[in-house]
Amino acid sequence: MRVELTVNGQNKAADVEPRTLLVHLLREDFGMTGTNVGCDTSSCGACTVLLDGESVKSCTVLAAQADGRSVTTIEGLASADGTLHPLQRAFQENHALQCGYCTPGMVMVSMSILAENDTLDEATVREGLEGNLCRCTGYHNIVKAVLAAKEEMGAEL
Amino acid sequence: MYPSSFEYARAATVAEAITMLSSDEDAKVLAGGHSLIPLMKLRLASPSMLVDIGRISDLSYVRKDGDQIAIGALTRHRDLETSELLAREVPVLSRVAGQIGDPSVRHAGTIGGSTAHGDGAADLPAALLALGATMVVQGPSGNRTVPAAEFFKGFLETALAPDEILTEIRVPTGFSKFGFQKFNRRAQDWAIVGVVAVRSDRTNVSFINMGPTPLRASAVEERLAAGASVEEAASVADEGTSPSADINASVDYRRHLARVLVQRALSELG
Repeated sequence: MRVELTVNGQNKAADVEPRTLLVHLLREDFGMTGTNVGCDTSSCGACTVLLDGESVKSCTVLAAQADGRSVTTIEGLASADGTLHPLQRAFQENHALQCGYCTPGMVMVSMSILAENDTLDEATVREGLEGNLCRCTGYHNIVKAVLAAKEEMGAEL
Repeated sequence: MYPSSFEYARAATVAEAITMLSSDEDAKVLAGGHSLIPLMKLRLASPSMLVDIGRISDLSYVRKDGDQIAIGALTRHRDLETSELLAREVPVLSRVAGQIGDPSVRHAGTIGGSTAHGDGAADLPAALLALGATMVVQGPSGNRTVPAAEFFKGFLETALAPDEILTEIRVPTGFSKFGFQKFNRRAQDWAIVGVVAVRSDRTNVSFINMGPTPLRASAVEERLAAGASVEEAASVADEGTSPSADINASVDYRRHLARVLVQRALSELG
């Protein structure tokens, strides 16, 4: 079947089997390997992307379900000139990554947390990160990074 | 992991979806997909066709209708969690929905999907059972309603016929007080055991994961109605349940949790 969608603001299309998962559409058809597959059972959040602006686990969404909709991946955050998004910069500055495998998912779910909350406290961030696992256990600095990004961005998102 | 092959059809209306379902007895309805797709990836379900109802726009709503709240089947957990109307009129549903899975799951999963999946370990079915909700079901010959008490038939089995679709869930207002206890080891996990208690002029109590279907805690309700104390009622909480053992808990431990969590949930009622 044909799927057409917007990925990071660009129109994309592919012919896929109906059973194709969104994460495989992104990685294999579009060559966008920033989104990782971790547990593949919607537990770990490594594959988190934004679907119409809200975080979802792309290992549990069919490509067909994203047809006609808008997807944002980690590749879509930095500017064309390479300037990092304030959230990415906050991750860097707060050392919010160790091995880095969970990081794309952590950043994307944090985009959702920032968008859904006019103000943020630590408890809200921790609850928001509930579905994303960091096996380096680097949660503390991830929480700090999200709070720092909110501080810098204010209500911009 | 990817599911075995299937045909995909997207329905624009409920009527169209029913026609599609009628054409293939192995077809399944796809809503948010967060119960069905994991099963399909594990090859525990291999439907020949998925009928995607996710784009039927008029099935997502929470609105007041007399002394009931009508909830469209495609209303997502996130929408339940953030609905001001629901928080005011049926606060237990906002709370329960807000604890399902994790935020990304709640952006996709729907109340109709969770209910039609009928998992005894899921939170919303047990909450709907405690509330005495009514399921509105549409099929080839029109609409019918099914009380929650008659909807959950067995393990992942409901009163829905293969060519019927759950379109709306109606919950009564008036249960202003509630207790909700979900016992798990990690925040995003399923409940090892959960208890939903709601009170209007009576107290209804239901269990999550104490049997193949969501269960009413009948022994507790009868004792309370007869004037028993919270402690007395909670002490018989596991009567009539049939929990299973798994990696998280033995049968005896689940029975113990049932008694403890009923006491906690009833105490929350004040």
